[in-house]
Parts: sequence; structure tokens; C-alpha cells
Amino acid sequence: MNLDTNQINHIRKKVLSNKVSCIKVGMATCGIAAGAQEIYDFLIEAVKKSKVDVEVRKCGCIGACYIEPIVEVKIQGLKPVTYSKVDIEAIKKIFEKHVLGKKVVTDYLIDEEGSSKQVRRVLRNCGIIDPESIDDYIGSDGYQGLIKALKSKPEDIIETLKISGLRGRGGGGFPTWMKWNFAKNISAEEKYIICNGDEGDPGAYMDRSILEGDPHAVLEGMVIGGYAIGARKGFLYIRAEYPLAVERIQKAIEQAHDYGLLGDNILDKGFNFDLEVRLGAGAFVCGEETALIASIEGKRGYPRPRPPYPSVKGLWDKPTVINNVETLANIPAIFDKGGKWFASLGSPQSKGTKVFALTGKVKRSGLIEVPMGITLQEVVFDIGGGVLNDKKIKAVQTGGPSGGVIPAQFLDTPLDYESLQNLGSIMGSGGMIVMDEDDCMVDIAKFYMRFCVDESCGKCAPCRIGTYQMLEYLKKISRGQATEDDIEKLQDICVAVQKAALCGLGQTAPNPTLSTLKYFNQEYLEHVKDRKCRAGKCARLLTYHIIPKTCKKCGACFHVCPVKAISGNKNEGYIIDNNKCIRCGKCYDTCRFNAIERK
Amino acid sequence: MVKAKINNIEIEVSKGTTILDAAKKINITIPTLCKHPDLVASAACGICVVKVKGTKKMIRSCCTPLEEGMDIITHDAELQKVRRTVVELILSNHPNDCLQCPRNNNCELQRLTADFGIREVPYPQFLRQLPVDASTKTINLIPEKCILCGRCVHVCQDLQDVWALSFIERGHNTRISPAGDINLSESPCIRCGQCSAHCPTGAIAEYDQTGQVWNHLYDDDKYCVVQIAPAVRVAIGEAFGHKGGENFTGKLYAALRRLGFKAVFDTCFGADVTIIEEASEFVQRFIHKKGKLPLITTCCPSWVDFMEKFYPQMIDHFSSAKSPHEIVGVLSKTYYANKIGVDPSRIYMVSIMPCTAKKFEISRSKEMFISGYQDIDVSLTTRELGRMIKQAGIDFSGLDPEEPDHILGDYTGAGLIFGATGGVMEAALRTAYNFVTGENYKEIVFKDVRGLKGVKETTITIKGVDIRIAVAHGMGNVEYVLRRVEDAIVNQKELPYHFIEVMACPGGCVGGGGQPYGVTDKLRVARANGLYNEDDAKEIRYSHENPYVRKLYKEFLGEPLGEKAHKLLHTRYLPRPLYKK
Repeated sequence: MNLDTNQINHIRKKVLSNKVSCIKVGMATCGIAAGAQEIYDFLIEAVKKSKVDVEVRKCGCIGACYIEPIVEVKIQGLKPVTYSKVDIEAIKKIFEKHVLGKKVVTDYLIDEEGSSKQVRRVLRNCGIIDPESIDDYIGSDGYQGLIKALKSKPEDIIETLKISGLRGRGGGGFPTWMKWNFAKNISAEEKYIICNGDEGDPGAYMDRSILEGDPHAVLEGMVIGGYAIGARKGFLYIRAEYPLAVERIQKAIEQAHDYGLLGDNILDKGFNFDLEVRLGAGAFVCGEETALIASIEGKRGYPRPRPPYPSVKGLWDKPTVINNVETLANIPAIFDKGGKWFASLGSPQSKGTKVFALTGKVKRSGLIEVPMGITLQEVVFDIGGGVLNDKKIKAVQTGGPSGGVIPAQFLDTPLDYESLQNLGSIMGSGGMIVMDEDDCMVDIAKFYMRFCVDESCGKCAPCRIGTYQMLEYLKKISRGQATEDDIEKLQDICVAVQKAALCGLGQTAPNPTLSTLKYFNQEYLEHVKDRKCRAGKCARLLTYHIIPKTCKKCGACFHVCPVKAISGNKNEGYIIDNNKCIRCGKCYDTCRFNAIERK
Repeated sequence: MVKAKINNIEIEVSKGTTILDAAKKINITIPTLCKHPDLVASAACGICVVKVKGTKKMIRSCCTPLEEGMDIITHDAELQKVRRTVVELILSNHPNDCLQCPRNNNCELQRLTADFGIREVPYPQFLRQLPVDASTKTINLIPEKCILCGRCVHVCQDLQDVWALSFIERGHNTRISPAGDINLSESPCIRCGQCSAHCPTGAIAEYDQTGQVWNHLYDDDKYCVVQIAPAVRVAIGEAFGHKGGENFTGKLYAALRRLGFKAVFDTCFGADVTIIEEASEFVQRFIHKKGKLPLITTCCPSWVDFMEKFYPQMIDHFSSAKSPHEIVGVLSKTYYANKIGVDPSRIYMVSIMPCTAKKFEISRSKEMFISGYQDIDVSLTTRELGRMIKQAGIDFSGLDPEEPDHILGDYTGAGLIFGATGGVMEAALRTAYNFVTGENYKEIVFKDVRGLKGVKETTITIKGVDIRIAVAHGMGNVEYVLRRVEDAIVNQKELPYHFIEVMACPGGCVGGGGQPYGVTDKLRVARANGLYNEDDAKEIRYSHENPYVRKLYKEFLGEPLGEKAHKLLHTRYLPRPLYKK
């Protein structure tokens, strides 16, 4: 059944006027991992038994991962209430008192702090609507952008996009209107639009949450894009490790088909467009656009040189626009509310909002959405609630394995593309990891380099061999076996790989190493010259000592040492021979009296 | 046209010219290890980077077209350092055994290392212990020496359409191998050796059999005879520092005698015989309607292998005539052995070929043993012969030219041009026209079948009847031709062609997988011209006019396509699986 504009608006009104009581359970991957399925099952059962007129619904992630599972209770006549860290005992209580007894339970109320500086545009529906219901999406202004876009000409769409100032959210920050314009201006029988959902940075899950929480927004963005550039076919390339996202997108495609929002003659405007999902097999490099195209074509996921750019010669050599999930999720609202509305937020060069996955040593970790231009300080302290255990902040890493480490002295840096780049990092897709004084910068560089070694596709020599050699040097440094000369060699390789690698993966692989070398050079030198790791992370550089004053001579350490590096007896006490010690840390963990120090 | 500057030198090139090629035009060499003129740039090595003045980014010159107004810097301190570091990184992942390497003195990585003056590799060496794949007994895969430039994979997949080689695993574990990590001999490999001809290092090399030949040359019980293929004479000089395309036929005969061969034959004679059989076959099929059309030539063993694997439904279209080198082989152990009174069991027949697949052809089916012995005992490539001549201390360039042995060395210009793409067709047409009309065609040169165009199509008229012809070289060009034929057969339309020549290697045998390294289109043309020039100078240029071929039929073979000729000079083809197991 092909719906027209009036029918869509009719559904919208119907959903908006729906005033039934409902309970929403956050059922994105993070919620399910925290136990939301059990809560959901209980509610379904409980509602059935008690025959109360309440709807139990699933919704996506609202972003507060540190307090999942989250349940929102909306009972007619009462203010909606959100509960956090809900376990089975809690939900029993909430159901009993709040749902049946109409009294709010105060024990599990969500902490609203940290949301004041956030602006939810991309995540506006995540955790609010049922991602598996197209009516819900329509009810929250869904497909209004498409209705308006299809009334205008493709060149007007590009103009609106230009006014909005939207830039790619996948890493590079290329102006979206330019990509679309290139593809639009080439005349070709076939064109394609691709959604890049191959999110792979360690610790980043912005795209997953959007796909799981608001799949129709991405779909709508793609249909608008398809119309603007003249494509009749689009692909969603989503990594196979995101089964829920794939399931929900597929469901969304079906529903959009049912309403005629995909397929032939969309909204009766004579525009045909269809979507297909393709699964990524888990190679990080397939997030690079040319490798992604090769992968869809059924070839080995190898990047190829550019130019020609995909907007000229992409999928099956046809003009192709590739946009990241978050970029596409931004599109519907731009066309519903206008380019100027979008550009009203942000900094001069970077407009709108950005979603970040705030993780690491931060009190309130999770998915956040902030206006571009907000400072790191505000993100970490006002939104994130500061460093875990109130330790001292050392640095913030942005952009994952392609990004850099920004030291604490630059916390007042505004979050926009250019400012981050000037510091040797990148915006990236939105990973943000807070580090405290217990984090070793050599160790961090090593972590990201290992990731790049594992994920290098092997095509170009600088990346394939360079990342391997850089990791070897970082390992050598962390073991205290390196010389200052080695640091210089490491630096040389970094520069060569940055300059000579073929694709973005290789060119940016040295960033974590280069930025730590720049801002934390002293720490590297300590590893090399003093054989010390001030954060206590590099195991081979640690020595263990028994503090005689504190030692209770219990002998627990003596018994647990696997290499008999501890000698002594219960009368005279114990001593660790650091020549024999293999730094496994077992004695340290075993001692109940904190009598073993590690330095 | 595009106007730009490279190193402050103004240059105007046609649109689409890469920075690398544009620089070459003004005598600036930008080093690269992966770009080959035959192939689309894969941009794998990262050495050809250059800068646009005023920007920090480096771009790959091999695949970036020069654009209007660009201001390119190809050499400065930063670029040199980056390039050097990349070469050093590659060396840190490459065995340090140049002295024992098949490509010693002839390796692109070695040359680059020498040019950069790298005296020590600053980074610790890490190597992968990977086994050598010698399963085909024609080309060896030595993955440890591979720098993953990807040329062989692109040659195998794009140029040759065989898809035997691919990349497997990833990151620093990436290596070249047939898909599924099987042996090359179990893969669709057609042994054309183009991978080895394009490899910049010693990672793919011919299966060396010079030791075997030396042993037999020094064995008094053996009567060693040899034959040289047409394309060898115009390429062997390159092994001794001569320009490609110079014809060294006479010096080659002399060198082979000095090596110890008791008789020196020429494959061109076999080619003349092949033409008598093949032209007769064509006349039989075309005029007498016996057998299927189009007739397809079968001199190229890689092509035969390809067809048996990929197009077995076309087997009936194949000429059953053996390749020239097999014909000289069988004649040497029958006709010649009888003539000189030597027991054929003592005759040791060596063939010098521009080809790696010939090593496979000599034992490909029981028809190759029709003399009662293996008709050819061993087949060497041009490269192997070059090394043998050097090992024997022969000053090749200074030798006086000699003549071949009678009669298996007496050839015509038609037999000679077999070495270039279109040559078999041209030689066959010269004779077929005569067989049908009783007179020779008005022109001796068939220009339309010469040159490097991938598929050459033309029509000649014999007695008012049009004969449509196609010549394809490089396996990637075959599909177009065969698809047209299949399409016509299936839809019962008029055949697009009556006679088709196919050679597996681009340029034909002159560009063969066993020829000296460094082949480009320029070299292919030069080598082909070396053959055409000799043809021009030959007194007899028609196979059917070769008096010794006539003598052979009269004395020994009987009629063309007759019983004896059929037994000795023809073979059969069988469908073969793409993958063994």
C-alpha cells in the first residue's frame, strides 16, 4: 500500500493523540547486555497476569550506559518517570507500586545530571520511540523531512544541505553537500548511495545505537540522498557483529516498503528507490570507502587509490555517495526544520551536534550528543561527571586508532574538526576515552598500534610492514629494552607511514604514537633511560618490594610466587629477589595487608 | 591536453596521463616497485610518492593523473627520506639472500636498494617461514621473497583472466597463493609464466632445469640435440646486454654447438610442418565441410590448457595439429634418428622456448610420447639458456654465426613469424590460400593480423568466399572472441569467424613467460619486428614452398593429414577440472 502525504500525517496525528499508559524498556545491545531482556519478559508476563491496561514496549538506547537497564514508566495521570539500574527485584517493586499502585518509587530514579549540556538531535528518538514501529517514528515527525524534500528539486536539496553546513561524521569531515553535488552532477544510468555502518573503532558504538534505536532516520536520510543525487538503489553496509542493528534495519526496510516509502513511486512523486543490506565480515579496513565498495562488489576488502573518488567512479564504477550512519541520521531533521535551523548550533566551521561514545576513566560513561564547539572540559566534567575515583585527568583520546591523545592542558579545546586536527588528533567517528594518571602513554600507543597491525589489510607496504615494526619498537620501549635511537627510528617510521600509506587506515595509524611522542615525550624517555613506567602499566618495568614495617610475615606471598623469587620465613620475614621475579603481580594481589609495593 | 609543472619544468601532456608517466617524458624517473606499464596501478608499494608544491600531503604518482596547473615536486629531502624508509621497511621483511636468488643482478628491489645506497637495514628483520611451491614443475612460487606488489595477481586475474593467484590472509600475514591455499598445480594455473615475467623480485621464477641438461651434455651415452623457438632469437641478446629485438639466430646455433649439442634444429621447421597440417585441416573443414568451424590454433600450450579448463565445450574446434616444437621433437626421434642411425633411446631432445608452459606440454598427454620415448626430454626457457651460455664461458656476442643442422633446421619466413601474435594466422593463410586456389595470395604480408591490438579481426576473400578471422593474444582477450562464437552457435546465427588464432601471452611468444625480464609493449614490438625483418629477407616465405618439408612428406610422412602424419603430428584434447581434488 503506497501512502501519500495525507495518510502519513494521519498516522502521525493518531500516534500523537495516543494517550495509553506504557512502560518502555531500553533494549539496545547495551541494555540487553545489562539484563533488559529479563525485565522485559517479566513485564510482559506481569501485565498479562494483572490485566492492567498498560503497553510494554521496547526502545533504543538513551545513552546512559553506566546505569542500564533503564525503564521508563508512563502512567496516565502521572508524570513520566525513568528508572535506572533496574534489576528483577527493582522491577517487581516498580510494577507493584508505580504501575499498579500509581506511586513513584524513589529508589531507582535516574540521575538527570549530565544531560543539561547535551542537545539531542541525532539521538532524539533513541530510547524514546519503539525502533521496530514505523508508526512511532512517524509520530515523532518521522518522514516529514522526506515529504518536504520530495517537493523540491534536487539542486534545492543540495542548497539546503550547503546552508546546513553538515560535514561527514565518519572521520574526515568532508562537506556532505559537496559529495552529493559531485554525484548529482554526473550523468549516469545508475548511481548508488551507501550507508557506511562498518563502525570499528574500539570502544565506539554511536552508529550501532542509532541503527538500533532509530533505524528509520537512517533510511529516511538515504531516500532523500537517493532523490538528490538521482540514485535508485542504496546499500546499507553493516558489520555482521551488529545483529540487532541488522535485524532492526531489515524490519524498518520492510515497514517502509509496506507504506510505500521505499519501492516504486514513493509518496506518489514518481521517485523509485530501494535499499539492500550487506553485511561486513569484520575487517576494520572495510570502513574505508573504497575497500567498502570492493567488499560490496564481492571482492577482497582492499582499498584502491583515489582519484577517481567514489562520487565519480564508485560501486561497479558508477557514481556513488558514501555517508556514515550519523551523517545520514542528521538528514531528515535538516529537511524538516531547515538548513538554517541546523546551522544555528555549532562552531563557525563545524555545524550541528556530534555524538560521542564517552568511555574510559569517567564517572558517567555512555553515549552523549553535544553541540559542536563545546570544550573537552565541559564534556568530561559537566557531562561525564569528572574522572573516576576523582583521580587526576591525564589526557583524552579521540578518534580511536586513527586519532591522537590530547593532553590535559588542552582541555579547553573546542570540539570541532579543525581544532582537533591542529592538536594531532581527529574527530573521527566519535570515540572518546578519558585517561587518568594510571594510564601509561606508551601502553596506550601500543594498544592502538596492535589494533592497526591486526587490522592492516596488507595491501600497501608502508602500512603492512610499518605498523608491524612500529609495534615492535613500542613493545621494546615498554619492556625497557629500547634506546633513544629506537625512539628516533620509531618516529621515522611514523612519518613514512603517515605520508606513504595508501588509505586512511594506514595514514592515520601513527597518530596515537605521534601524539603521545609529542605530548608525553618525557614518559617515553623515562621508559628508555630510567627503565620506569610512572603509571605502573608496563609490567616488565615494575619492581616489587615487601615493606618490612607493614608485613605481617604471614607467608602468603611466599607460597603464591610461581618462580620462588620470594625467600625468608615466618620469623625473619620475607624478601623478593628482583632478578628472579617475573613481575606477574601475584604476591601483590595476594597480600591482604598492602605490605607489597610496586614501583 | 593538460599543462602543468614538474620540478619547475613546464610540461604539456594528454588528459589522464599520470604524474609518473608525465615525469618520464621529461626524463625524471620516479622510483616504483609495483607499477608496471602493462597493468593498472594498484598503488601498493608507496615508493612513487610526490608532493604538490605548497601542500604537506604526499600523493602516489603512479595513479594520480596530472591536472591542469599542478606544480609537482618529485624529489626533495622529505620525499627522499620517506621513500628510503619505505624501501628499508620492505627490506626488513625480505630475505637477505640476493646471491643465491634467481633474480640476482636482475631484481628491481635490489636495483632500488643499490640506487638508494642502503648499506644497512635499520629495522630488525622479520621473515615468514613459507614453503616454496614447485608443484607445477614450470614456475616456482617463493612467497618468502614476495613484496606483495600485486603484479602477479593482477596479471593472472586481469591480463590473463585465469584467477589462479590471489592474496590470502591479511596484514603482515598476507601472501600470494591460489585461493584456498592449495598448490599451484591443483589450481586453474595455465603455467603461462606471465606472473614470473612481471615479478619485480625472485618470488616467482621458472623451474630451473639447466642442471639436468648439463648432466646429459656431459654423458657420452647420450646424443644431445636441441631446437630453438622463433621468439628466442630476438630476445636472447638481452641477456648479453644487447638491445631487445636484435636477431641472433646464427650466434645462437654456434653457442648451442659449443655447449655440446650434436645437432641444432629450429622449431621454425616444425612450424612449417604445422602449417601444412593446419592449413590442410582448415581447407578440409572450410571447403569440404568436414569438422567444425571456426578452426582454432593450438600452438600455445597455455591456451590449450586454458581451453581444456575453461572452455571444454570448444574442444572440437581445436586444430589437432601438434605444436611446432613437439613436431620437431617427434621427428628427431623418428625420422632423424633413423637417418643418422642412432637409437632413439639415446637421443636427448632439448627445446629452448620463450615459454614456461612448454615444460608442461612435453608430458601433457600420451601423444607426446608417440616416438616410443618422451619426444622432448626437457624444455628450457630463454632465461635458462642465457645462464647456461654464461656458465660455459662462451662469449656470445663475439661468436661467428653458424647454420642449423639439416633438414630439421631448414625453415621459411612463414615458420619464423610464429613467434609474434598473428604469425600463425598469417603463415596459415599464406598456405591455405594456395591450397584452395593453387596460387599464392596477391600480398604476402597480412598487415591486419600484426600488431598489439588485443583482438584483431579481418576478412580475406578466397575464390569469392569471405573468410572471417580473429587473432587474440593475452588470455583476457579470448573471452570476447569465444563468446561471439558461442553466441552464434547457440542462436544458430552466422559464425563471426572461421579461423581463430590464440596466444596466451600478450604479444605472442615474443612476450612469453620465459623470456628475459622487463617486457613492455615497446619491447614486444621490437622483438616482433626482429622476426618480421628476417621474414622479409627470407628467400622462401611460404611453408608449402619449403623444399625440405616437401622432402619430409615424400620420404617419410606421406600425405598431409594422412595416416602416418596423423599418428605422429596430431594430438587430442580432454576436458580438465579447474581445481584438482
